[in-house]
Parts: sequence; structure tokens; C-alpha cells
Amino acid sequence: MTVPKDIPDKWFPIVLPLKRKKQKGLNGAKSTKKRTEEERRVRANDREYNEKFQYASNCIMTSKYNIVTFLPVNLFEQFQEVANTYFLFLLILQLIPQISSLSWFTTIVPLALVLSITAVKDATDDYFRHKSDNQVNNRQSQVLIRGSLQNEKWMNVRVGDIIKLENNQFVAADLLLLSSSEPHGLCYIETAELDGESNMKVRQSVSVISALGDPNNLASFDGEVVCEPPNNKLDRFCGTLYWRDKKYTLTNQNMLLRGCVLRNTEACYGLVIFAGPDTKLMQNSGRTKFKRTSIDRLMNTLVLWIFGFLVCMGVILAVGNAVWEREVGSLFQSYLPWDPPVDNFLFSAFLSFWSYVIILNTVVPISLYVSVEVIRLGHSYFINWDQQMFCSQCNTPAEARTTTLNEELGQVEYIFSDKTGTLTQNIMSFNKCSINGKTYGEGTDPLGPQPKRLDFTPFNPLADPNFCFYDDTLLESVKVGDTHTHKFFRLLSLCHTVMSEEKREGELFYKAQSPDEGALVTAARNFGFVFRSRTPGTITTTEMGRPVTYTLLAILDFNNIRKRMSVIVRNPEGRICLYCKGADTVLLERLHPCNQELMNITSDHLNEYAADGLRTLALAYRDLSEDEWEAWSESHRCADKAASCREDRLAAAYEQIEQDMMLLGATAIEDKLQEGVPETIAVLSLANIKIWVLTGDKQETAVNIGYSCKMLTDDMTEVFIISGHTVQSVRQELGRARERMIDLSRTRDGEKEEGMEGGFMENGFKEAQEGDGTGGGGKQLQCPSPSPSAPPPPSNLMDNISGEFALVINGHSLAHALEADMETEFVSTACACKAVICCRVTPLQKAQVVELIKKHKKAVTLAIGDGANDVSMIKSAHIGVGISGQEGIQAVLASDYSFSQFRFLQRLLLVHGRWSYLRMCRFLCYFFYKNFAFTMVHFWFGFFCGFSAQTVYDQYFITLYNIVYTSLPVLAMGIFDQDVPEQRSLEYPKLYEPGQLNLLFNKREFFICIAQGIYTSVVLFFVPCAILSNATQSTGVPLADYQTFAVTTATTLVIVVSVQIALDTGFWTVINHVFVWGSLGLYFTIMFALHSQTLFKIFPNQFHFVGSAQITLLQPVVWLTIALATAICIVPVLAFRFLKVDLKPQLSDTVRHTQLVRQKKRKPVGRSVGGAWRGVGSVSEGRLGARGSRRSGYAFAHQEGFGELITSGKNMRLSSLALANFASRHSSSWIDTLRRKKNSHAHTPPSASGESSPAPSCVSVSVPPLSNSSSVLGGTPDIPIEEDRGATLVQNTQTVAASPTQTPPASAPASEEAAVLTPAAVRAHGGDSPGGWTVTLGTVQEALFGWKTRTTASNSPGPPSVAKETSQIE
Amino acid sequence: MVKEEQELANRPDNTAFTQQRLPAWQPMLSAGIVIPGFVLIGLAFIGIGVALFVTSRSIQVLELDYTGVGQNSPCYKCTYPNVSNCVCDLDFSIDSLFKGTVFFYYGLSNYFQNFRKYGVSKDDVQLSGDLTNFKSPSDTCSPYVYDSNNQPIVPCGSIANSMFNDTFQLFQKINGTKTLVPFDGKGIAWWTDYNIKYRNPSVTPLKNAFNSTVKPIFWSKPAYDLDISDPANNGFINQNFLVWMRRAALPNFRKLYGRIDEGVYAQGLPAGNYSLAIAYNYPVLSFDGRKKVVFSNVSWMGGKNEFLGIAYLVIGSLCILMSIVMLIVYAKFKFPEED
Repeated sequence: MTVPKDIPDKWFPIVLPLKRKKQKGLNGAKSTKKRTEEERRVRANDREYNEKFQYASNCIMTSKYNIVTFLPVNLFEQFQEVANTYFLFLLILQLIPQISSLSWFTTIVPLALVLSITAVKDATDDYFRHKSDNQVNNRQSQVLIRGSLQNEKWMNVRVGDIIKLENNQFVAADLLLLSSSEPHGLCYIETAELDGESNMKVRQSVSVISALGDPNNLASFDGEVVCEPPNNKLDRFCGTLYWRDKKYTLTNQNMLLRGCVLRNTEACYGLVIFAGPDTKLMQNSGRTKFKRTSIDRLMNTLVLWIFGFLVCMGVILAVGNAVWEREVGSLFQSYLPWDPPVDNFLFSAFLSFWSYVIILNTVVPISLYVSVEVIRLGHSYFINWDQQMFCSQCNTPAEARTTTLNEELGQVEYIFSDKTGTLTQNIMSFNKCSINGKTYGEGTDPLGPQPKRLDFTPFNPLADPNFCFYDDTLLESVKVGDTHTHKFFRLLSLCHTVMSEEKREGELFYKAQSPDEGALVTAARNFGFVFRSRTPGTITTTEMGRPVTYTLLAILDFNNIRKRMSVIVRNPEGRICLYCKGADTVLLERLHPCNQELMNITSDHLNEYAADGLRTLALAYRDLSEDEWEAWSESHRCADKAASCREDRLAAAYEQIEQDMMLLGATAIEDKLQEGVPETIAVLSLANIKIWVLTGDKQETAVNIGYSCKMLTDDMTEVFIISGHTVQSVRQELGRARERMIDLSRTRDGEKEEGMEGGFMENGFKEAQEGDGTGGGGKQLQCPSPSPSAPPPPSNLMDNISGEFALVINGHSLAHALEADMETEFVSTACACKAVICCRVTPLQKAQVVELIKKHKKAVTLAIGDGANDVSMIKSAHIGVGISGQEGIQAVLASDYSFSQFRFLQRLLLVHGRWSYLRMCRFLCYFFYKNFAFTMVHFWFGFFCGFSAQTVYDQYFITLYNIVYTSLPVLAMGIFDQDVPEQRSLEYPKLYEPGQLNLLFNKREFFICIAQGIYTSVVLFFVPCAILSNATQSTGVPLADYQTFAVTTATTLVIVVSVQIALDTGFWTVINHVFVWGSLGLYFTIMFALHSQTLFKIFPNQFHFVGSAQITLLQPVVWLTIALATAICIVPVLAFRFLKVDLKPQLSDTVRHTQLVRQKKRKPVGRSVGGAWRGVGSVSEGRLGARGSRRSGYAFAHQEGFGELITSGKNMRLSSLALANFASRHSSSWIDTLRRKKNSHAHTPPSASGESSPAPSCVSVSVPPLSNSSSVLGGTPDIPIEEDRGATLVQNTQTVAASPTQTPPASAPASEEAAVLTPAAVRAHGGDSPGGWTVTLGTVQEALFGWKTRTTASNSPGPPSVAKETSQIE
Repeated sequence: MVKEEQELANRPDNTAFTQQRLPAWQPMLSAGIVIPGFVLIGLAFIGIGVALFVTSRSIQVLELDYTGVGQNSPCYKCTYPNVSNCVCDLDFSIDSLFKGTVFFYYGLSNYFQNFRKYGVSKDDVQLSGDLTNFKSPSDTCSPYVYDSNNQPIVPCGSIANSMFNDTFQLFQKINGTKTLVPFDGKGIAWWTDYNIKYRNPSVTPLKNAFNSTVKPIFWSKPAYDLDISDPANNGFINQNFLVWMRRAALPNFRKLYGRIDEGVYAQGLPAGNYSLAIAYNYPVLSFDGRKKVVFSNVSWMGGKNEFLGIAYLVIGSLCILMSIVMLIVYAKFKFPEED
């Protein structure tokens, strides 16, 4: 990877840089592979054998250069830049004396400057890549060599080695799991770095090998693996193990992939199959693509055009030269004989062409690229420095990791966002519940006083101190012993698949498969129904302080179709009860008829919760008689043993018992959004940016989040759901959606014409689903428009869709939609929608979607994500943004910009991006202008000097004009300019639109600029020409000599362009003043110095302008000329701009104007455009009535199969089976716990594991569903350790107070404790959010609150004091 | 406290610069500035224009072409190919007093002193008196570096070689007698040219410096003999040579030949008849060039220059006009300031 192997092929196209570009796209990326590997053979412990195949080593290289290759490769790369090659070519031309119309240094100085600045930048970038590579390559791993474990660096690990992994270690390469310290050869991994799924997954080794166990046996293991060649499919592996003359099939279940982290497993051994660049992680990460901005591309095109223009000018002048030489020059030979080698007017014209190419080369602005780089660098620093993008909780500032994309931030049209960790914090919290028709946990009133957070510790020593709940009526209801409330929480404490770990008495850790389940169990725990431990056959809880052990009779596991899970338990009294929780849609159908009334109330509550974007579950129970149980148990056993259709039979059996249940209530869980997400999305969509959410989550979860972050709103005309499993059905659904859109927008338009509001149209949540069998029937509603798939309507029709639509598409449907023949259809449908949500997408699909939009829409895309699963998307989008501090650093490393909060995105785009774009455009306009004004003078002069390529200016002026005299003011403008203040651009998101429409710098603007430049050059030449030709000094000496003319023109030019930059600069900081005035001053200083006697005396040959400046600039006529020319150049511009502002004001003009007026009048702030989005936040509160049809998403983010693991006891260690509370192996491992906590912060939410096929029939009967995750800490996973301890200490002191008698805890220590905790809580409530958000939404405030609490705790200025205080109490 | 400090370690500095809050002047092209500005500029330009125009009108200029194209032209006889040392007399009369110091110029048309190769064909080092470049002139002088005998040419190059060599003598004819009107040829070159840029080698006599060099091919006299009357006006600091060497920017140009500021003519040329005796040496007809002489006096702003005054008047009036247009537009379409 160090040196691209295909360099030799590329040398040729350097002559034809354009051709190269086209080729590169097609085959450049893939041709690096030396050979195609057909299959891979790896023999364990046999390096010699494996070396025959020359497999890649485990050393990774993401850097581009090393010390030796840096110079040639970097120069080569730089000369791929059209402009650089061009300058090199010019330099060569200038060395030919016949042609050279300028000294060589006029080109080489700027060129060297350009090259060295870029080279320094590249070198620094690469240095950091080297550093990170080295860091990774030098990680230690334990390799089994000749029977003993030796420490080796990662880079020295070879294919075929057996390496040992310990808990919490990163997997070094793609390994075949051989054996594990856990029973059954199981081990747990977390794949967050790889695919972003934060739940743990189970891997199992082939049973015969897992029996080998210890290193001594493994050292003699000589199995051979034959498998597929390296590929990037994360969820697939296919191979065979040959060992002792037997064949064993290997699947992905046996593999540990690089990038995973080993969890909950003491140690395991693995055989390296793929190493380094062959690993799936690296195969997925792709090559680092060099991103260019659209302005870059436009700039390159324009440079080419200018080049063409230059050639035209050269040709015109060369023809002129030929004519002149023939008509005049040949006769003039007595004074100016032709050079002997020339001696021919045609040849002279040929030379003249090249000479003109040299002197006119400045139309291609030589310092353009350096200046652009410098400006971008400046903008990047502003991003890095922005305090308002600094997250004080995570102590991370925003970072512009690439400095080349800034202005594109001002042009974004599509944002592709990951959900978990990006929009949400991935923290589930138990927010509300409805018990027996009474709802608890009111939404916080933003105006009212902050409700007090409930303190559970006095009541329940086992409570999780991080659990937040605000409604004390619920706690009261528990305390007074309300039966329903007790049943409700008992259900929550029993009906789940959470595993517990109790390292010390009372120090409970829940490992939940999905965070929402964890949140529910934690809620039950805090309300006095503590789940303590489980065995395959029992569940032990502490109910209101009293230990109870239930016999677990059956787990009726969850799956996607059932959308519910149940447990059947026998309580100590011997009564059997079924507890069920599940989606309301399925659960409410299975209730006993007598529940009708309660059901209605609960339904209302559910709707309320759902409208708040909460994830809901309905809870129900059923008392079973012994007979019923026996009967069902029998039928269940039959179903379980059935050889065929086991799944279906089981489902039927479950269905049979889950009937006539009694409704208990409903829960609402909040998937906490990050701070400011709905507002940010509202602002961004007002800025006409389309937001697509691409998530690995389930559809329901994704849709729910869509609602809670206001991407989807109830006033949307329609939300389409595409979830077909076949090409045909997807096509049909898309077609239907389009038809519907066209229909609706027609009616809508019609309605509008009639003057009616389209607001009360159907707020349909239409499930336009396919009818073919694979998806199963249970979850589907009917399809309203059964028309067959229509051909895609003409795109213009789709462009004019009015009305707000949203599209939700499933991963499997997306796979079809992304196929070549359907992609246009998909794009046209999706792009007509305001919001698009893709759920259950794989990392690769994320990238494909981005690529699709890039391909079909000429729009700038931005991808934002936080996990390794977003890397591909981040890389393929025009701009990649990484959210740091949540889920590892993979995304950040691949990103172009990183910060730690989603809400910073609006500032990045609307403030920094907008400014960058504006500045860059103004910069470019001015830059082209000034160079045309400068250069075209030579062209006009050509007609008066016999087309001899005589320059108008002194050559030093030509050298310095671009890099000294005019560079700094335009740089200052390019870096500091502002049209409207930052608050305004957030207030008026519409200000962002010119960037998307590419209005500020496009081909039209470019032509205007160069036309202005040419006009200026005409004035610059002809005005002095007309005046000076007859003018004399007051001493009678004529002023028409060449040097006077040169000085006059040059001075006029510098003054005119300075006045022009003064006009263009809208924001005059001190720096602008210094640069503008300084440049003028510098011009005169340098000119006087160059024309001084001193320099002439040293180099008489070089400075023959001696004295010109001094004498010329003393002449009043010269100054009158300068003033006249300046006026002629500037006055029309001024008038034009004034009229334009008055006649056709841009929004920014208006805003700027109002700003000015406001400053003068000090009037209260106006609202006009800004008011629009402010309203958005509060919309939902106002329209509680309108949300009728939407059903909640339910809070089940995991997959089935976990129940089976529990009942089989497979995933339980002996220790936990023995309920050894204190014998935990980890009891002392503080750091371990801490690390786990950290990791749980970094978790992405609950998307189910790699298998994306939800159809149960696909799951093979014989293979245990090991793909399930095992354990993730519960809903509020970040219990600061100190606080924990404090709590334990306190608990010891007040065991009596919190006794099971349920007396309200009123003892002194307890209240002390409460008082102690308050400061932390107050602090958490305290300070304003850095963004200064006016939080209008209860949910957001919740999110804010939870977040603050967490970070305050983990940054722990609070907890130590708690500990101190408690010790005082003691 | 320590913890807090650590916590803030990554926080960007809160300075006006880093937060892009530098105090700044934000100019706006508001009507209050632009329209009065235009009026002011317009008035100023008109004022200057009037002054320039009036001044320019008071300057007298007399131009006489003496190329000798037409057969009636007095110098026609000198245009025959084989004539040498031809002198022609150009008679003219002045109606009224030519006030002040009168400057006498010769002018050439269609003459490309600004041709690039012509322009570079000189050796600045040689001309600054460096003797090494006397022996071996720089290549830039091509094709006039060495003569056919391979002797170095001093001064080398096309510019020097093509030095204008017509000479003029002006006579006032009073009652049939010709009185010489003396030209003052001193100080007609740029001060820097005369004192800094061009230097004779510090060899006395000057002639010795030119040993083993040849004069430019077109020259009749060597450089050290250019002005027999004034030994200080020879070599590279000969005023006429300096004037010639300061090449013109445009193909039609005039160069100062002398001033008339001595004796009775110090107040100007009186009205009357004059005769200009021209030693016609410089061929221009081959390339369709023209030669002329110009008499002119000057004002504070130099010679006659009507264009400048008119241009100022035009621009000034346009500014006023534009301000009126803008006023109208502003009145009709102004920003709704109250909103």
C-alpha cells in the first residue's frame, strides 16, 4: 500500500491529465491486488507451509509515503494537479531563450512556494498516519510458538499462528476460535468497532477442538483450514476444517474478527486466518479516497477553460505577429533585423505564440492553489477553535480533520445520519408507565419548576442510584402496596432475559441483551422488585425487601413476528402465572374481553407515549391453573421436539397459551436523544437540507426515533414503508408510493387553489407492504392501492411533488432497491420525500445509498456517524463527520470533521460552512478578476508593440503582483469575511440556500468576474495610453516612455484592485485594514526600493528601471491618470452593486440591512423568517389530538433465541449458577469494571446481531441460535463507582431503616444521604446547555438532564464529596 | 481546582480572534453613502476637468511633418536612396508669441521602440561603464554584438545602433536675415539616466576606453565624439543618446531635442517666420515611418493634453447622472426599513 503499484501506468497520462481522471475512477482502485486468491489454505502451527502462499502479514499501512518515497510520490501527486503541471511546462518554456519573454523566476518562485507548502502539509498528515499505524502495529499479542506463549507485536503475527486473547482485548486479526475459557467453547465479543452493534455476540468453537483446551494441546494442533479468499462480508464466513481426517464446516459463528473486543471471557485461543489488510475490517475500510470539493472541480474546469482562453489569445497574437512581421517587421529590419534562425514571419509567429503563453500565464492564477489552501486552513482552525462546538462534558472540541472540504460544508443538500450515538445517546430510560389505567411520570413542564428526582435509596437499598424518575405518586403507590402496581413491577422483574451479576452483596449489574430491556428491569429494581439472579430453572428476586424465588417453567421467547415475550413461572406459593410483555398491537388482541375498558384507557396512554416518541410495551399476565399448565406444557414439548416446522409449531403453542390475558399496563421507554437534536434537524430542514437516517436498528425503533427527533411529524402527508422481500414487491411498493405522492400532491395543489389548507389530510401511516409470504402475515395491514407496479414517472413530475412525504425502507428491500435497474426509481421516490429512514442497513449499504445519491443527484452529501459501521458511509460521502466520544474512534478517524454532539452540525454547516463557502466564492471571484485585470493588459499592448510579447510591467512587478501585492488583502477577506453575523445564519436558515444552489460562484459568476477583469484591463491600458502618449512632464520631457508607462499602469492596477477588494470586503477587521493598507504601502515601498540607485549599482543588469518610480510618481498628470482610471473602473461597479442591492436584494443583503438598521435603532429583534423554525419545536405539544393513527414502536430491540440459551443454561457460568455472590472472579478488578462501563457508554443501541434475515423459517433447526447477544449493561449503565460504594456504605448503616416492613424511611442517616446527593443533582440541573438552547420539549430536557447527570457523575466532582460525607456520617 | 483546569484544557481559547468576533467595520452600500458619494465624485471630477481643459487650451503646439513623402515637401530630395549629408530647410511661421520656454521635439511614427527584441537589445552593464563588457558585450545585444570583423560594438545592441541622427538648427527669419535660435540640449534626459544609470568608464581620455571596439554600424561618429562642442556630453552620457535610449512605450512617440530658453527667446518664440535646417540622415520611409518636429510650451500639467480634461468632464457628468438614477431607484425600491 505504500506505493501504489500502478504508478508506471499512470506516468503516461500525466501528459493528458484529463484522461487520467476518467481512467482512475474505473480501474485505479482495484488494480493494486497482486494476484487473485482463489481459496485460502491455512495450516495451524505451520509457518513454513503457510508462507508458501505469501499471505499478507498483520502489518497495516494506511500511510501514503515513507521517507524515501515521499519526495517523488508527493511531487508526482502534486503534478497531477493540472495547474502544477502547467506551471512546470511554463517553466520549461521559459528556459528557451528564443521564447522567454520573462525571467524564469517569475514562474519558479510561486511554483516552488505552492509545491513546498502543499508538501509540508502532506508530510504532516502522513506523519500522523504513520504514528497511528505504528501504534496499532505495535500492540502486543500473545502468540503460541512451539508450545509456549510469547509476546509478539501485532505486525509480527502471521497467518496460521495461534494467539491467545484475554478479556477486553482487541482481536488482532481474523481468527478461527479454537477454544475458550468458558464452557462449551463459547466466547463473547462486542462488534461495535466493526459493525456498530453494541450488543454482545456469542461465538462458539468447533466442539472437538474446544476440547483441546490448554496451550499444550493446541501447540500440537495441526488442523488445516480451507476457506474463501479475503472479502468484506462481515456476516459471512465459509470454510472447512480438516483435522484428523475429518471435515468440520466452519461458519461465521466460529470467527472472531479483527476490531472486535473480547468480553466476559477470561481468555480464548484463535487461529489466524486473515491478517492485516486481508481482514474483514480492513477490507471494509477501503482505500482512503482523496476528497475534492465541487468548487475544486469547478476550479479545475475553469482553469482548463482559462487555459483554452489563453491558447486563443496566444493564437490571435501569434497571427497578429505573423501579419505584423510580414507587413511591418520585414520593412523595419534596418533597425531590427530578424534573428538569423528566425528569418521567417511564420516561425516568428510560432515563437511569439509561446512567448505570449508565458507572459499571459498569469490568467491562470499561479497563487490560486496556495491561497485556497491557506484559506481553508484558516477556516479549519476556526472550526477547531469554536467554543460553541466544544463539548464541555466530554472535553472535546470540534476538529476539522481535513482542511480541504470547508467550503463544501456550505453546500450540503443531503445528510446521511446514523441513528444510535449520533441522534441518540443510546441510553434507555424508563420514562412513563400506565398501571391499571393510571399514568405515571408526567412530561416535565418546561415552564414549571424542575420536578425533584426521586431518591430510592431510603426505600430500597438495592436501587440503582443512577435511575431517574420524577413522579413520586408511583413510588407512593408501590409503598401503599397497590396490587396492580406490584404485579406490574413483578412482571418487569420476571419477564425478561437479562442476566445479573452480583459481585458483592447488593452490587448488582444487569447484562441485558438490549438496553431497553435493561431499563425495564432496572426500573423494577428501583421500585422494589429486584431481580437478583437466575438459573436455568429459577429466578430469584427481592420483592419489597423479601427474597422470593420463582420457578421458571418456560420462556416464550421473543421474535419479530410475535413481537412479545412471556415467561411462565411458579411462585413460592405454587401458583402458576404467565407474564407477557409485548407490542400493544399484538398484546391488546390477546386480552380477556373483560379488559375492554382498561384497554381503552391504556390505549390512550399508549398513544400519548408514542406521540412523545417513547418506545412502549404493553404488559399483561394470566393466572394459569395446574391443569392448564400441564396441558400446555405437553403440547409445547411436542412442538419443541417436532422435527419439521419446529418454529411454526412452537409459535402456535405460544399463541395458544398467550390468550385471555389480563392487562396490567404499559411502559414507555425513552431512547434518549442527544441534546438539541430535534431543533437541529428542524433548522437543517428549514435550510433545505434533506436528512436521511441510515440505521442498523429495527424499523419500529427507527421510526420512533424519527418521530421523536421531528424528522417525521404528524403533519406529514404520508409516510411510506417499503419492506418487500423480493425485487418485484419492492418495485411495486415504490411505484405505489410514487403514484400516491403524485395523487396527493395533485389533490393538495388543487385544494390550495381552492384556498383550503391541506393540513387535515390523512396523517396516514400507510403500510404499503407486499403480499408475498416471506414476511409473514401478522404484522401487516392491508395495501390500500393494489395497483401493479407502475413505470417510474417522468422525473420532472417527481421533482414537483408538493406536500411532505417520508419514506421508510428496510434493509432487505434496500438491497433490491439498490440494484442497477431499480436505483433510479428508488432515487426519484426517495428524493421526493422530506425524510428518508433506512433501517436494518449494513455498513456497506449505507455507503451504497450515499453513492447512489452522489451518482444521481448533483448534490453535496454529508454523512454523520459515530461507529465503525458508519465508516464506509463517512468515507464515501462528500463530507464525513464523526461523532467522537461515544463509540470508539473508528468513525472519527475516517471522518473529515469530528465533534461530540449532533447539534453542532447546524453550527458546522450553517455558520462555518456557510461562511467558508461565501468566503471561498468571494475569494475566487476576486482572484480571477484581479488576474484578468492584470494580465489582459499585455494582450492589448500586443497590438501596439508589434505582437512582440513585450510585457507592460516590470518583471519584478509580475513576479510579486500575485504573491505579495495582492495576496494578503484577498486572503484576509477569504479568511475573515462575514456577510451576516453568526446568530443570523442560525436564525435564518434560508441563508444557507445560495450554497446549495451554487449561486455565489458558478460559471456565470466566473464570466462576470473575468468580464469585469477584462474591462478593467482595457481601462488600465487605454486610459494611460491615451493620456500619456502626448503628455509631458512639466520639464517638457515626454511621459510616453516605456518605463513611465509601466509604472503608471502598474500603480493604477494595484490601486484599482485594492479599491475593489475594499469594496468586496464586507467585514473590516483590524487585519483587513492592515493587509489592505499594508499591501498598498508595500507596493510603493518595494517599487521605490527596486527602482533605487543602491540596487542598480549592485546589479546594473537586473534593475534597469532605476529612477522611474521616483520621477514618474512626482508628475501630477500621472496621478490624474491613476485617479481617472480608478474612477472608470470602480464607479460602474459601485453603481451596479448599489442598484442590485436595491432592485434585487438577496436574503443576506436584507438581513445585513436590517441588522444595520437594528443597530442604529436598537429595536427589538424582528422575526420574519427566523420565527418559522422556532415554532417547530413546540408543534407536537400543540396538536395532541391529531396523532391518532400512529401506533407506537415497541421497545424490543433484540432477537429471539436468548430464552433458549437461558433455559439450557449454556450461557451461565458455574459461578453464577451457584449464585456465588461473593466468589466472583472479578470482585477485585476495579479497572475491569470501569472499562466495561466506559465501553457501555460507547455502545450503539440494540440492533440485533449480524443476521439480517428476520424470517424465522430461515433459521436452521439444528443450530442453536448463537448469534444472539449476551449481555450489555442495563438502561443506566454508568454507575460511577465511587457513588456505588457510597451507596453501599450508607446501605450498611441503614439496613434497619430500609427493612422490608415498607415503612417510609425517615431515619436521620437517610435524609442526610439525600441531602448529600442533592448538590450533585442541583449541579446537574444547573448550568445552561452550551448551545444556549431554549428547550421546549420535555423529552429534550429529559435527555439533557440525564446526560448532565451522567457526566457530572463520571467527571466526579460530586461523588468524592458523597463519599466523604458518608464517612462523616459513619 | 486541578481537575477543573484539566477539564478545560481542551477548551478553545475564548478570544475575539478565535471566535471570529473581532470588532469590525461592516460597510454597506447604503443610499446615504453612495448617492452623496457619487455627487461629490462627480463634482470633483467636473471641477478638475474644467481646470484641465482650460489649462490645456492655453498651451500652444506646432507640429511639422518633414518626412518628405510628397514631392512638394522640402525634404523630398533627401529621401532618394543615394543621397548623403542631405540638408533640407523647413519654413514655417508663427502667428502669435509662443509663450514661455518652448520645447522642441522630434517625433517618429510607426516606429517600434517597444518591440521586445529591440528593447532587450542593449547591455546595461556596458552602458554603466563596465569595461569588461566593452571587450565582450552581453548576448542580449544580438544581433549587434560584434561587427563582421568580430570586433565588439560599443555601445552594442539595436537601440544604440538605431539612434536617431537627424540634427536641427532653427533660424528666425527677420527681414531676410536668419538669426539662429539656440537649442539648449542640456538636461533633456532623465536625471537618473544622466547621473546614475549611464556612466562612461573612468578612463581619460574617454577615447582610450573604446580601443579595439567599433562604433555601432549605423553611426557616423564614435560614441566618444558625439558632441564635439562639449566634451562632457560624450560617450554614454550624451543627452541625445540618453533620450534615445529611453525607449518609447508606443509606436508613435516624440522625444525632446532641446529647449529654447536662451537670450531673447527666453520669454518664448515671437511671432514671425522661421526656418528649420534639418540634416536629414535617418531613413524611415522604408518601413512607412514618419518624422516630425514639434514646438510646444508646457503648463503645470505638462504639455497639451485635451483628452485628460474631457475624460474628467465626461466621468464627472456620468457620476452625477448616475446619482440621479440611483436616487430614483432608491426612492422607488428602497428597503422597507420599518420592517
